[in-house]
Amino acid sequence: MFQAFVIQALVTGGVYALLAVGFSLIFGVARMVNLAHTSFLMLAAYGMFYTTYRLGLDVFTAILISLVATVVIGLASYKLFIDRIREHEVTVMLITLALATIFQECMVLAFGAHFREAPTLIPGFIEVLGVKISYQHLLTIAVVAVVLVAIWLLLTRTKLGIAIRATAQDTEVANLMGINVSQILLIAMGIAAALAAIAGIVVAPLWVVYPYMWMNPLVMIMAIVVLGGLGSIKGSVIGAFIIGLVEAAVVFYLPGGAFLRGAIALLVMVILLVVRPEGLFGIVFEEERL
Amino acid sequence: MLRRLFKDIQGDIFAIPGRLIAFIFLITLFFIPLLTQESYILFILILVNIFVIFAVSWDFISGYTGQINFGHAFFFGVAAYTAALLSKNLGLQPWATIPIGAVAATLAGMLMCLPALRLRGPYLSLVTLAMPLILLGVIKAFPDFTGGEHGISGLPALAGSRMAEYYIALVAMIVSVFIMWKLVDAKSGFVRIGIILHAIREDEIAARATGINTIRYKLLAFIIGGFFAGLAGGLYAHFLRIAGPATLDLMLSFQAIIWTVFGGIVSIYGAVVGVYILFPLMELLRQFGVPVWPGSDIMFSDLRFLIFSFLVIIILLFMPEGFAVWVRDKLERECPRCKLSNASWRKECRACGAELH
Repeated sequence: MFQAFVIQALVTGGVYALLAVGFSLIFGVARMVNLAHTSFLMLAAYGMFYTTYRLGLDVFTAILISLVATVVIGLASYKLFIDRIREHEVTVMLITLALATIFQECMVLAFGAHFREAPTLIPGFIEVLGVKISYQHLLTIAVVAVVLVAIWLLLTRTKLGIAIRATAQDTEVANLMGINVSQILLIAMGIAAALAAIAGIVVAPLWVVYPYMWMNPLVMIMAIVVLGGLGSIKGSVIGAFIIGLVEAAVVFYLPGGAFLRGAIALLVMVILLVVRPEGLFGIVFEEERL
Repeated sequence: MLRRLFKDIQGDIFAIPGRLIAFIFLITLFFIPLLTQESYILFILILVNIFVIFAVSWDFISGYTGQINFGHAFFFGVAAYTAALLSKNLGLQPWATIPIGAVAATLAGMLMCLPALRLRGPYLSLVTLAMPLILLGVIKAFPDFTGGEHGISGLPALAGSRMAEYYIALVAMIVSVFIMWKLVDAKSGFVRIGIILHAIREDEIAARATGINTIRYKLLAFIIGGFFAGLAGGLYAHFLRIAGPATLDLMLSFQAIIWTVFGGIVSIYGAVVGVYILFPLMELLRQFGVPVWPGSDIMFSDLRFLIFSFLVIIILLFMPEGFAVWVRDKLERECPRCKLSNASWRKECRACGAELH
């Protein structure tokens, strides 16, 4: 029981971490709240379902197609719709929400509003101390770890990463230093969409694939990102694992936990925010302090 | 005296196209039940009026103070459930449960403010987003008391006949919108809250520096807005005779934002226009069961969310200020000298004669 709980917490936290890092990245760089972020997870999960079960491709081609298609859709929707109204904060939120609805309705039209499942990437399970743990769960945790380390290396050790962080700190000064800001925004959007797509590909076999699957994670990652401090990548990862742990604990140890898991995770966020209004690792900008 | 009234109307309403449209629209609303008795049309219009109160109260809280509230359904749901529980358990009638529900929503607004007002910008939005979802989880976890997924049904109806319900909803809408419109009027001489809320939205730090207790005014905005959203929630519960989880739905909170931003944020009338266009449009599309092309099994009614979303995107891309504000800017022009509104086709100002161009 306890091992299963730990695995569940790590998987949920890990998937939330992938999503939250992308969300945080795009918020930090472009100052936009992208409500369509988790629908990229949904699109990638449907991509896996379609390419393997409908087209009969093998798993690696399926992964490649899903990943590339999701990133292309993400970049195209950014270029076409979001780029020119980036300054209007509320308008961006509404447009991304409308985009999420469009993706959802397209999936309903294409595949119907049924529960689907995606193929497990590695079938089978191992027994650890008498508890069966499927390889898919372990794979998810491994992928999350690798991708998080890769993104950390990218952001801290490469020129591109430094440019992204500079843009996040101060767009105008970054522009003056010769950084092509609009190109950086596009790259950040691509990275965010790719992270969501990876999360969707590894988690599709564990969750149910259906057109409305983007709503619940969206609320949770927004809670996580705020909890960790908006724009802080480190905060998002730690916040994701806190929320994942709380969710798993509620599901495993409380009666009626399946209904309450979201509520209690959000309650934890509210309480933490009251204690620390700028989030765990948030930065208070001088002009924003009150 | 009648002559003076007529003169006032002529000067302040007929001269400005925007006001003239609003005036004709208002008169028409009162006469609709005389033109058609069809139950379905009145049903839609009653819901439209209820949602107008809801959307305008969102504009009041979020548009005017700049505190974007993502959980506006919280007030709606609290009031709906309060009204439902009161009438179910205590047997109270709608005239008692709706005001009590609205007061409960006001208290809920104060509760929401405890964490919310310590926070700013996106942080506040996210905490408000969490509120209805937390309550939703609690409601689903205790189905014996709250009805769980199915909600509480079998409430007493708002009034005996559809027509009476229509007039109740219409009068409630007009009175609420009028009160909120007057409260946020920045040019008003005797209500100061309007100009203070504008100041908070434009620059909160400057407002504090001039000695305004911004926290108190934000709290006041949440309380007043919460009251009217609660009023809408109570009316909704008694009109449909059910209070269910849909009243706390995430989509309902977003609907309020979509309606308001579509019509034009920070304008009150924008929210009214938004609901009056978008809500009936959705209903119309739902009824439109014609195949997209002959012989296909995809109906236009299946595409309604798709069409709706595309419409919202297109409007926002080309009229970021909102539809109603865009139309108004086309119809009216402000006199550069005396700041009076004029019809855009006039050559000179109707009051001071300054040249318009």
